[in-house]
Amino acid sequence: MKRCLALVSAIALVLCAAPAFAQQKATAQNVPEIPYTSVPNLLKVPAGEFLGEAVGVATNSKGHIFVYHRSANTRLWEFDKNGNFVKEIGKGYYGFEFAHSVRVDAQDNIWTVDEGTNTVTKFSPEGKFLMVLGRRPPAVAGAVATPSGPNPPAQKYIFCRPTDVAWDPQGNIFVSDGYCNNRVVKFDKNGRFLAQAGSEKPGKEPGQFNLPHGLQVDGQGNVWVADRSNIRYQVLDNNLKPKTVYDNLGVGWTVCVSQGPHQYVFASNSNPNGNPPGSWAITGEIYKLELDGTIIGKFGHASKEFGGFQVVHMMDCRNPNEIVVGEIESWRVQRLILQPTPTKTSSAR
Amino acid sequence: MRRFLPLLVAATLLAAFPAAAQNAIPEIAFDSAANLLTLPDDIYLGEVGGVATNSKGDIFVYTRTGHPTVSLGGARAFAHGGSRLFQFDRTGKFIREIGQGSYGFMFAQQVRIDPQDNIWTVDQMTNFIMKLDSAGHVQMLLGRKPEAIPVPAPAPRGDGGGAAGRGGLPGAGAQSDVFNRPTDVAWDGAGNIFVADGVGNARVAKFNSKGVFIKSWGSRGTEPGLFGTVRAIAVDAQGNVYVADSGNKRIQVFDNNGTFKTQYTNVGTPTALCITPGPNQFLYSSNSNPPEDFDVAGEIYKMKLDGTIVGKFGRAGKLPKEFGTVNAIDCRSENNLLVGEISNMRVQKLTLR
Repeated sequence: MKRCLALVSAIALVLCAAPAFAQQKATAQNVPEIPYTSVPNLLKVPAGEFLGEAVGVATNSKGHIFVYHRSANTRLWEFDKNGNFVKEIGKGYYGFEFAHSVRVDAQDNIWTVDEGTNTVTKFSPEGKFLMVLGRRPPAVAGAVATPSGPNPPAQKYIFCRPTDVAWDPQGNIFVSDGYCNNRVVKFDKNGRFLAQAGSEKPGKEPGQFNLPHGLQVDGQGNVWVADRSNIRYQVLDNNLKPKTVYDNLGVGWTVCVSQGPHQYVFASNSNPNGNPPGSWAITGEIYKLELDGTIIGKFGHASKEFGGFQVVHMMDCRNPNEIVVGEIESWRVQRLILQPTPTKTSSAR
Repeated sequence: MRRFLPLLVAATLLAAFPAAAQNAIPEIAFDSAANLLTLPDDIYLGEVGGVATNSKGDIFVYTRTGHPTVSLGGARAFAHGGSRLFQFDRTGKFIREIGQGSYGFMFAQQVRIDPQDNIWTVDQMTNFIMKLDSAGHVQMLLGRKPEAIPVPAPAPRGDGGGAAGRGGLPGAGAQSDVFNRPTDVAWDGAGNIFVADGVGNARVAKFNSKGVFIKSWGSRGTEPGLFGTVRAIAVDAQGNVYVADSGNKRIQVFDNNGTFKTQYTNVGTPTALCITPGPNQFLYSSNSNPPEDFDVAGEIYKMKLDGTIVGKFGRAGKLPKEFGTVNAIDCRSENNLLVGEISNMRVQKLTLR
């Protein structure tokens, strides 16, 4: 009995000591490393200005880089393809309070997702306001206490800390929503509600979410969702019916689908904020996949040094061999030049 | 029981009728210029509380924008900013900002221009009604901003709060210019000022042209003369006062001294009102959609002053010719309207055909 007790104690100790993030380790095996280099000094930030948490990055068809970041105020900056500062967009805009995502659509319109104001905003390529989805909670209600307890019922046109936006080839709008709803919402191109998957409640079943943290739509109209707190990615069809779950890629932080006739998916098992002991050993890498889920390779690792990652929050993969990553910590945007991988000839799955 | 039956039948008929009656309301064809306003690159409109024109056709927009801010003080927290007032010419070209950094601007609710081209702003959070001359200088203030802001905010009360004023009636407010989330302002031919007060209180307050309190009427309730939420106000050439009692889904009409005359209950939830100038006056009233739902309501009614509906136009949505929570209507010209929208953050110029 005494020996048993000791064993039980030892197991308990191990279990207790095991960091909570241990489950975040990706289970995919024998994934080849994709060599890459990071372009030094990519962004030339104007003198006297500082980049903050670089949670949103995107490029347009001209290669311009948009960075939506948490500075003293949340701000949206445009750089050219060489990283030279072009201009600020949305200065003082009512829908900017706490950045979460920026994406550029097929017409080069710029879309921001702000989790502080619960808004998704469409700007023209020149940065003029075109449309807003959601609504900033009115200030006249006063300084609202941080909610606790179950989330209130989700409303069609109101978000609760939304996280990302995407479009299908027809222009329908998809929003991942978010930290205090747990759903994916589909609108038509004019912003009229069509459907949702999930609800305000977190859930583990296919088609349910626990912190849908990012999403993108592939050329077939399938919706790839980074289902972060469920530690998985989910693919939904265009009507938001669940199709596939990928639970072998670690934490579903953020997802990117490249353009062109042969699309690739990039999925980041980002290291957790706060860098708990041991976390760098099991998280921080980005996976490159075929649309059918076949893993091609992985690259990157957690590090505070240039070339490594500090909580990758968003990826731009317009060119699948040049990935722009925005990191929460280290306030950094990097352009990664990937060694091209051979094009798949037959499905391995 | 037998005596009640006809009543019941009548009630059933009434309940069944609005839908049928709506079908009979003619649709007014119209066009929209949704890109009317040309903004400088570093200015963005937020939610449009108010839009109004002056006699030259200049357009004034009072908008919720920027960053409503709470700053931490010693024993109290203080709230600042969040709204701005812009002036454009009649073609929509930006002229200037008025009152930048003003103590009276926090939660833009309405802007109106009086016959002398003075600019009046109504702010739901500072509780100020500000009268500015056409040069933008402050001429008169009604109301006062609360010095500090409680953090966290007290839970909203079901009845909307509001001072228990005259005789302890809820929402009746004080016999003064102490407002609780006021929403609109209007004037009669003598220059008397009528304030819709509002969301927190449930009353109309009347002042003379010098800002001296004359009287107020109403408290929270559903009877004629009482209000749910007072969202907008307009005065006709005879001095009659039209009040958008959105909480009770009706427009109430009072004489100049606040005596109830009649009510119109067939135009949805009146949220914005405008009465045209001239000898043959019309009343526009918006059945605005709530910001959280674009699949209901949204149409604007054109009525005669006696409540006869002339027609309606528009619906909720984000496209041009659709509306996202209209909060303001300018009708200086009967068939050329400006509408300001909360949840689409824009101004549209409508031409009725």
